[in-house]
Amino acid sequence: MASKIIETQDELDKKKEVIKVESVYFSYDGPLILEDINLSLHRADFLAIIGPNGSGKTTLLKIMVGLLKPQAGQVFLFGQRIEDFEDWYKVAYIQQNATHFESKFPVTVEEVITSSLYASRKIKGSPAGWRKARVEQVLDLVDLAGYQKRLMTTLSGGQQQRVLIARALATEPEVMLLDEPTTGVDHQTQENFYDLLGKLNHDYGLSIAVVTHDYGLVNKHINQVACLNRKLIYHGRHEEFCQSAAFKELLADGHHLVIHQH
Amino acid sequence: MLSSVLTSGFFWRAILAGSFLAVACGLLGVFLVLRQDSMISHGLSHLAFAGIVLGLVLNFLPLIVSLIICVVGSIFILKLKKQARLPGDAALAILASGGMALAIFLVSLRINFGVELMGYLFGDILAISPVEVGLSIILALMVTILILANYHQLLYMTFDRETALVAGVKVNSLDKILVILTAITVVLGLRIVGLLLVSALTVVPAAAALQLARSFRQTLVLSSLFSLFSIIAGIVISYVLDWPASASIVFLSIAIFLATVAGKNLAPSFKK
Repeated sequence: MASKIIETQDELDKKKEVIKVESVYFSYDGPLILEDINLSLHRADFLAIIGPNGSGKTTLLKIMVGLLKPQAGQVFLFGQRIEDFEDWYKVAYIQQNATHFESKFPVTVEEVITSSLYASRKIKGSPAGWRKARVEQVLDLVDLAGYQKRLMTTLSGGQQQRVLIARALATEPEVMLLDEPTTGVDHQTQENFYDLLGKLNHDYGLSIAVVTHDYGLVNKHINQVACLNRKLIYHGRHEEFCQSAAFKELLADGHHLVIHQH
Repeated sequence: MLSSVLTSGFFWRAILAGSFLAVACGLLGVFLVLRQDSMISHGLSHLAFAGIVLGLVLNFLPLIVSLIICVVGSIFILKLKKQARLPGDAALAILASGGMALAIFLVSLRINFGVELMGYLFGDILAISPVEVGLSIILALMVTILILANYHQLLYMTFDRETALVAGVKVNSLDKILVILTAITVVLGLRIVGLLLVSALTVVPAAAALQLARSFRQTLVLSSLFSLFSIIAGIVISYVLDWPASASIVFLSIAIFLATVAGKNLAPSFKK
């Protein structure tokens, strides 16, 4: 009986597990970039993946969304092996330098967001009125109401990033993975951006994993930290991280941090 | 003069085939330019030319032989780009020179090509046969329909390839579709403007549209209209003034492009 209960609890935990990375090894035809990475992201977690340059953060994120295949190990999305996973509308990914698109690309905010609604068969074929309303709704969420007809190229870097967040939200994802989303924008814009992510996580229960150098900016919103340097040096609760040896190492590496305790 | 134009079968066949091709080129060109694949049509045109010569040597429908060779070559370009880790234009340079070498070799096998071969080098739309008109219409329609049917996915992957891949867009299949459609369009364009100018058909109207458009949809519409105007007006000019059609078409499209650039510079606030 007892084992039955434990199993059920296990099942429940599994369901809550949005992403699970299990014993992952990766190299680009050379030395190992990632070694024995075990990491999990649960529903409504906000995880910051931090570490020095070249520590494998971007590679890990790409493995988590299936853009790269690990040499060994497994990735599970919503309890399913990534190879068998099909519900990609549940996963939003914002790549590094996502705003560095072709500078002459004549595309409106509405077109950028609408195109994502056709990416997956599960959302294809919805009526045009619904799509228009959805665009309006996600632009409201990122404080860009009324920007539908604006050309992407006429927006500021910060506004472009918010459009990309809006696009990511349009398919009602359950998890969002971002790779250094605030590179190249000013401090205030960065802060606003992480406040927006914090709101999405807090108010809507969106699970978030963000690769970042701005630990000082993001730490007031997160509850989990993964500190990476080829191996996973630390993975766990944010509060405990601040007391850990890995954190002191990070400080010694010259990261200027403002820590916001919950 | 005008009445002889209007009653000429050659003229109307040229206009009909040209119009369908124009729309296909206009649409496809936007994606090629924005994907920085402008030179792909240039590379494929050399291969298409080798196909034409092979068809003439074998005495078997040059357009069909060229189509097959060009489609196979287009898939090869993709493979070369992905597996050999070559930047796109290096693969194209290899293909273009290989295609031209093959064409020269095949030409040496038969000496008396005469006017026929020149028609494919410099284009000869007024000599297009009814069968070729039919083929052009069917293939150009296919290009247009496939682009419009995959419009949103193509836009997504052209704008942001990696994210589109994660979002479930069939990026690799669409890559193949785009490159095959380019191959088809190039072969059709070869008949109309010839090997030496065919890449202008796919690139110039799109480049002009990019100067003015205020949305992606508008870019596609403008590019198709510019292409349509250049081809139709180019054919009319060539018929009336007895100029080569290919040169008239490309002159017109470049004139439109220059006008859009000048227009944009004169009214810098237009795009805002």
